[in-house]
Amino acid sequence: MIKAILIFNNHGKPRLSKFYEHYNEDTEQQIIRETFHLVSKRDENVCNFLEGGMLIGGSDYKLIYRHYATLYFVFCVDSSESELGILDLIQVFVETLDKCFENVCELDLIFHVDKVHNILAEMVMGGMVLETNMNEIITQVDAQNKMEKAETFIFQSTRQDR
Amino acid sequence: MSDVVEKTLTALPSLLSLDSQPGSAKLSSNSKLGNLIRGITELTSKHEEEKLIQHELSSIKEQVSSPNTTMRQMRELMVRAVYCEMLGYEASFSYIHAIKLAQQGNVLEKRVGYLAVSLFLNENHELLLLLVNTVLKDLQSTNLIEVCMALTVVCQIFPKDMIPAILPIVEEKLNHPKEIIRRKAVLALHKFYLIAPNQVQHIHNKFRKALCDKDPGVMTASLHIYLQLIQENAEAYKDLTASFVTILKQVVGGKLPMDFNYHSVPAPWLQIQLLRILSLLGKNDQRTSEVMYEVLDESLRRAEMNHNITYAILYECVKCVYTIHPKSELLEKAATCIGNFVLSPKINLKYLGLKALTYVVQQDPKLALQHQMTIIECLDHSDVIIKRETLELLFRITNAQNVTVIVEKMLDFLRLSKDDHTTVDLAGKVAELAEKYAPDNEWFIQTMNAVFSLGGDMMQPEIPNGFLKLLSEGFDSEEEDRKLRLFAVNSYISLLQGDPSKLPQRFLQVICWVLGEYSYLKDDLDPVVVLRLLAQLLDMKGSSSDTKSWVLVAMTKLCWSETAVSVAQQVAETYSSSFDTTLRQRAQELQHLSRDSQLHSRVLPPGGSLEPVEVDSSLSFLDGFVSEALSAGAAPYKPLHQRQEELSRSKALSLEPYGLSLPISTSSCSITDRQSPTLLSTSSGLSGDSTDFSHRGSSTTLKLDGVRRVWGREGYLAQKEPVEEVAQVEIPSPLRSPGQQGDADSCHSRTPTANPEGDREKQQLASSLFGGLSSQSSVCLMEKSERFGRKAKGQRASSTPNEQRSDPSVSSSSAVDNLLCNNLLEENSEPIDSSTKQTFQHPQSLRVPNGACDAEAIISDDDTKGRNRPVSPEEHVEGDDFPPCEDKSKDLSLTAHLPAELSGFSHSEIIPLCSNRSLDLSACHVQTDNTVVLVVFVTNSSEDANLQIQVLSEELEVCCPCESPVEEVRGHSVSVRQYSLTVKRPLVHFELVGRLSYSAAGTLQSMQFSYKLPLTSFIRPLTVSTEEYGSMWLAFSHDTKQNLTLMKEEQEPLSATLNALKKKLSLHVVEIIGVEGLVACSLLQDQPCLMHCRVHAGRLAVWLRSPVADLPDCLLYHCQRALQEH
Repeated sequence: MIKAILIFNNHGKPRLSKFYEHYNEDTEQQIIRETFHLVSKRDENVCNFLEGGMLIGGSDYKLIYRHYATLYFVFCVDSSESELGILDLIQVFVETLDKCFENVCELDLIFHVDKVHNILAEMVMGGMVLETNMNEIITQVDAQNKMEKAETFIFQSTRQDR
Repeated sequence: MSDVVEKTLTALPSLLSLDSQPGSAKLSSNSKLGNLIRGITELTSKHEEEKLIQHELSSIKEQVSSPNTTMRQMRELMVRAVYCEMLGYEASFSYIHAIKLAQQGNVLEKRVGYLAVSLFLNENHELLLLLVNTVLKDLQSTNLIEVCMALTVVCQIFPKDMIPAILPIVEEKLNHPKEIIRRKAVLALHKFYLIAPNQVQHIHNKFRKALCDKDPGVMTASLHIYLQLIQENAEAYKDLTASFVTILKQVVGGKLPMDFNYHSVPAPWLQIQLLRILSLLGKNDQRTSEVMYEVLDESLRRAEMNHNITYAILYECVKCVYTIHPKSELLEKAATCIGNFVLSPKINLKYLGLKALTYVVQQDPKLALQHQMTIIECLDHSDVIIKRETLELLFRITNAQNVTVIVEKMLDFLRLSKDDHTTVDLAGKVAELAEKYAPDNEWFIQTMNAVFSLGGDMMQPEIPNGFLKLLSEGFDSEEEDRKLRLFAVNSYISLLQGDPSKLPQRFLQVICWVLGEYSYLKDDLDPVVVLRLLAQLLDMKGSSSDTKSWVLVAMTKLCWSETAVSVAQQVAETYSSSFDTTLRQRAQELQHLSRDSQLHSRVLPPGGSLEPVEVDSSLSFLDGFVSEALSAGAAPYKPLHQRQEELSRSKALSLEPYGLSLPISTSSCSITDRQSPTLLSTSSGLSGDSTDFSHRGSSTTLKLDGVRRVWGREGYLAQKEPVEEVAQVEIPSPLRSPGQQGDADSCHSRTPTANPEGDREKQQLASSLFGGLSSQSSVCLMEKSERFGRKAKGQRASSTPNEQRSDPSVSSSSAVDNLLCNNLLEENSEPIDSSTKQTFQHPQSLRVPNGACDAEAIISDDDTKGRNRPVSPEEHVEGDDFPPCEDKSKDLSLTAHLPAELSGFSHSEIIPLCSNRSLDLSACHVQTDNTVVLVVFVTNSSEDANLQIQVLSEELEVCCPCESPVEEVRGHSVSVRQYSLTVKRPLVHFELVGRLSYSAAGTLQSMQFSYKLPLTSFIRPLTVSTEEYGSMWLAFSHDTKQNLTLMKEEQEPLSATLNALKKKLSLHVVEIIGVEGLVACSLLQDQPCLMHCRVHAGRLAVWLRSPVADLPDCLLYHCQRALQEH
C-alpha cells in the first residue's frame, strides 16, 4: 500500500502532500521535513530507493523517489509494493501531468494544487493503485475539465451580457 | 519526456520573478492565491512566512463566514486554505465550510469541497458525520462524475461506524455499466475490508464476480482485495490458483487489448500483482506450485531485459520462484536472473539484485559465492543504501569463521552512520552475531564495547540486558566464566580511567553493574580504586539520575573494607538528601549497609553467589490484603489502559448498539506487562529478531522486511522432506579441515573477473568473508561458538547436536510448537477426512474448480450471471421419509443423522434455526476431544434444490471440510453439513451468523439464521502436575481476580465447589491444599488457563491467569454463572 505521496522542491517547500494513512498535522510536517532531509542528501547517481527514517515507519517502509529538475516526487510505500513498479508509476504520473498542463512546471503544481490532486485521485485511490494507463487517466480528467470549461464559458458570457 | 519537464522546470526561477513571462499567462496573475504565493516566495525568513500566513488565514476566515460569499468564491477560498494547511498551518475553521461546499455546490465546487474534506479531515473526525448524507446522495446521483467523487472520498476517509449505511449502495455499484464506477466500487469495498473486515464478509462472492469482470481494469482492482485475503489465509483461496494462472497466461501471452501495454509490456503492474498472489498461494504447497511452473517459466522467458518495468516483473518472478515449492529448472533460471541484476551497471537493479540475494541466500549459499567479488565491491559502494543492503546480506551468511570480518565491516559502517534507524538496527545485529559466534572472550567483550559505545542510548534495551544476563548466568565451565568476567572487569577499569564522559549512559550502567558484581575477581584491585572511579561518574555532568542510581547500587556491593566504607559514606551523605526519590533510597541503602558489615554480608554475600533470588512476581503475598480490602468495599484495581478506555468510552459518542455487557468486566484486573524475570529476554522483540536463520521470522509480531519474512518456520525449509540446499546449510560437515584456503581458492576459480593486481586485497577479503559458506564450520569451532548462546546451563542439555548453531531456547521451543501444530493438525484433520470419505463419496473428476471456468470470462464476453455454475453432487445423505412433524420427534430423527464419527461424543440440543415452506434448518454442536463441530441439518420437504450455506463469525474461525459451497439436496431428504470451529478471540458467548441461499424450481431465495454457543463448549480439562502448574502460572500475563460464593451447605465447601465447577465447565482439579485449590483447563488444545482458588472470609477468592487476553474474564463469568445456578 502507498502510505503517502509527497512532492517538494529543491528547497524542501512542499508542493503537494497526500497521506493515505492518518497522521496528525505536526507529524505530517515532520515527515515532509525528514523525507526532504533524507532525499536531498542523495547524489544523482545513487539508487532511487531509501530505507529507514524513524517517522514514517521503520523497516517495513521505504521511500521511492525521482528527482526532476527542481522537484522531488516521493512515494512512501510498504513492502507490498514493487519498487520498480512504483518508480515507473511516478514516471506515469509526471508524464500525465505534462500532458494535462502542456509542459508542466513547478508553477502549475503551485497554482493548480486542486487539479494535481484530481489527477492523482484517478491514479491512486485510498493508497491503492487504481489506474496506470496514462490515456485512461487523461480521459477521466478531461471529462471533468470539460465541465469546468463549460462553466467558465457560461460565467464569462453572463458577464458580457451585463 | 523527462527532458521536457526538466527544461520547463529549470525555467522556473525566471518565471517567479517576472510574472509577465508567457508561462505565467495561464496562471491568473491577479488571483488571490497567486498573490499569496508570490508573497511567500519573496519572504526571507520563516518568521515572516508565519506572519503572512496568519494574516492570510484571518482574511480567509472572515470571508468564509460572511453570508455574502458565493459558492464560487468559496471554492477559491478552499484552495487557499488547502495551500496553507499543506505548509503546516492549521485552518480548522474552514473544515465545516469544506463540508458545506461538498454538500451544496455544483459539481465543480463539490469536487473542491470533497478534495478539501479529504485533505483536512481523518477517519475519526467528528465533523465527518455531517458528510455521510452528502456521500449517500451523491452515490445515488445520475451524474457519473458525482458518483466517482463520492467513491473516491469514501475510499479516502469514511467513518467506520457509518459503513453499513452506504454499503448496499456501493455493492450495487459493482453492477454499474461503467467500468470506472465498478473499479472504484471494488477499491472502496477493499478499503471497507481493511478497516472493518466483518462488515463485508457476506460479499466475498461479489469479489469473485469482480475478478471475473469483463473489464481487465475491474479485475485488476479486485486483485488488491485478493492479495490481502490470501495474505491472511492462503488456504481458503487455493481453488483460485488455476484462475490466477490462466489470467497471467493470458496477460503474458498478450491477449489484453493494446491499451494496457506500457512500453510494449502488457499490463506490467497487473503481472506484478499476480506474481505476488501466486507466490503466496504456492508457498509450502507442492500441488499448487506445480500448477504455476509453466506460466512462471513463460514469464521469465518473455520478460526480455529492455525496460525498467520488465525488471520489475523479473524480480517478482524470481522471488516467486524461490518462495514456492522449488523446481530445479526454474531455480536455475532465476539464479541467472539474480546474477544479471547484481552485475548490472544500473544501480537500482544492483539494489534489487542484492535484495534478491539476501532473500535466497539461506536456501542457496552458493549463489552468494558466485557473486562474492561483486558483493565485495558493493561493500565499498558510494551509495549508503547499497552498502547497507550488502551488510544485510553478509549478516545472513555469517558463521563462526567469517564473523570477525563481517562484524568489523558492520562496525565500520556504524561508525559512519548518522541515521538513527540504521544505528539501532545494526547495533542489534552486531550484538546478535557476537553472542552467537564469538571466537573468544577478548573479541566478544571488545565487540560488545563497540556496540555499546556506538549504539548509544537509542539501542534497544534488550542488548545490555541480554549481555548482563549472559555474564551472570555463565556457561558450562566455571573457569571460562571467570575469565570472561575478569576480562570484562579489566576492560571497563581501563575505560573508566580514560574519558568516561564520552560513553553513553547505557554503557555506563553496564559498566557499573559488572564492576559491582565482579571486580572482586581481580585480585590486585583495591575496591577503593573502583569506588573512586565510580564516584567520578556521579560528578559527571552528563550522568542521568538512572545511571547515578546504578552507580550507587554498585558502590553498595563494593563497600566491605574500611577504607571503602569511608568513601561510600561521603557519597551516601551527599545523595541522601537528593530530590530524586530513587537516588535518595539508594543512598540510604548504601549508608545503612556500609555501616553494618554483618547485615551487608548477609544481604550481599561477597563473591556474589549465584543463588537465584526467588521473586514472587505475582505479588501473591498481598492476596489477603487485597481480598480484605475488596470485601471492605474497596474498588478493585484497574490497570491504566482499562481506566483510559473507560474514560474515553464515557466521553465519546457511542454509535454502536448495546452489546453484550460483562458483569465482571469492571472488577477484573489484568496486568498485561507482568512477566516472570526469566522470560524477559526471550520475549523481547530483539531476541525474537535474533533467532537463528532457520527460525527467522517465525514470530508474526516481528517487524522484518517483506523479503526476510518468508524464511520462517512456515518456509519450506522446515518441511518434513528436506531439500538438498537446506541440508547443506543445516548439517555441519565434521570433515572440515582447519585450513580455509582450500575453500577460498575453489571460490576464486569460479569468479569471472580475475584482475590479479588490484584485486588481491579484495580476494583476501572475499576468502575471509565467504569462508565456511560452502562447507560448514568444524565441530570444535561450533562448540566454542555455542558457548555464547543465550541460554543458561540447565536447559542447555536438552538441545540436540543438530541445533548447535541455533539459539537453543528458540529452537527447542519452536520444535515444541511444531510438534504441537502437527499434532493438532493431524488430530483435527482426521475426523474430517474420514467424514469426507464416508459421507461424500464422489468421483474426483467431477469436481470442477469454479475458478478455472470463471477465468475464461475475462476475455470472453460471456455474462457470468447467465452461465450455469458447475454443480457437483456432493455430500447428501439419503433420508427415508421424513414428514415434517413435531419438534421432539424431529430432534430424535435428526439425531440419527449425526455423522457416525461424531456420534460417540456429546452433542447439544438440536435447535431449529429457520424454516420456510420447503426447507427446515436445524443445528447442534458436538464437542469432540479437540474440536467443536457445528452440525447443520437441512430438511428438504419439497422437490430437489440447489443450496448454499455460508456460516461466519467474528470471533470464531469456521472451517468447512467440503470444498464446493453449492450442493444439491434431493427432495424429501435430510442433508448434513459440518463446520469445525476454532476460537480466534475468547468471548463469553460466540455467535455464528449464517445465510442459506437456495434455488428451487428456478427461483432464488435466501434465509438468514444465527446460532449461539457458550465459551464452555471449547473448554477442555488440562492435566498438569502441581510443579508444571507453578511454572506455567508465572509465565502467564493476563489475569483476573474475583470473589465468588462458596457452596455453604456442604461439609467441605472448597472441594464441593470445585467439583461443581469441574462438572459444569469440565475443568481439571490439579490439587487441593488446605484452603487453596489449583484448577487448570485449556481452550481447546493449546490455550491454557489456570485458576487459583482460596477460601477467604467465607468466600472463594479466585484468580485466573492465562496467556490469552480476555480468556480469564470470560471463564470467570462462566464460573460465576455455574455457581449461581447451583
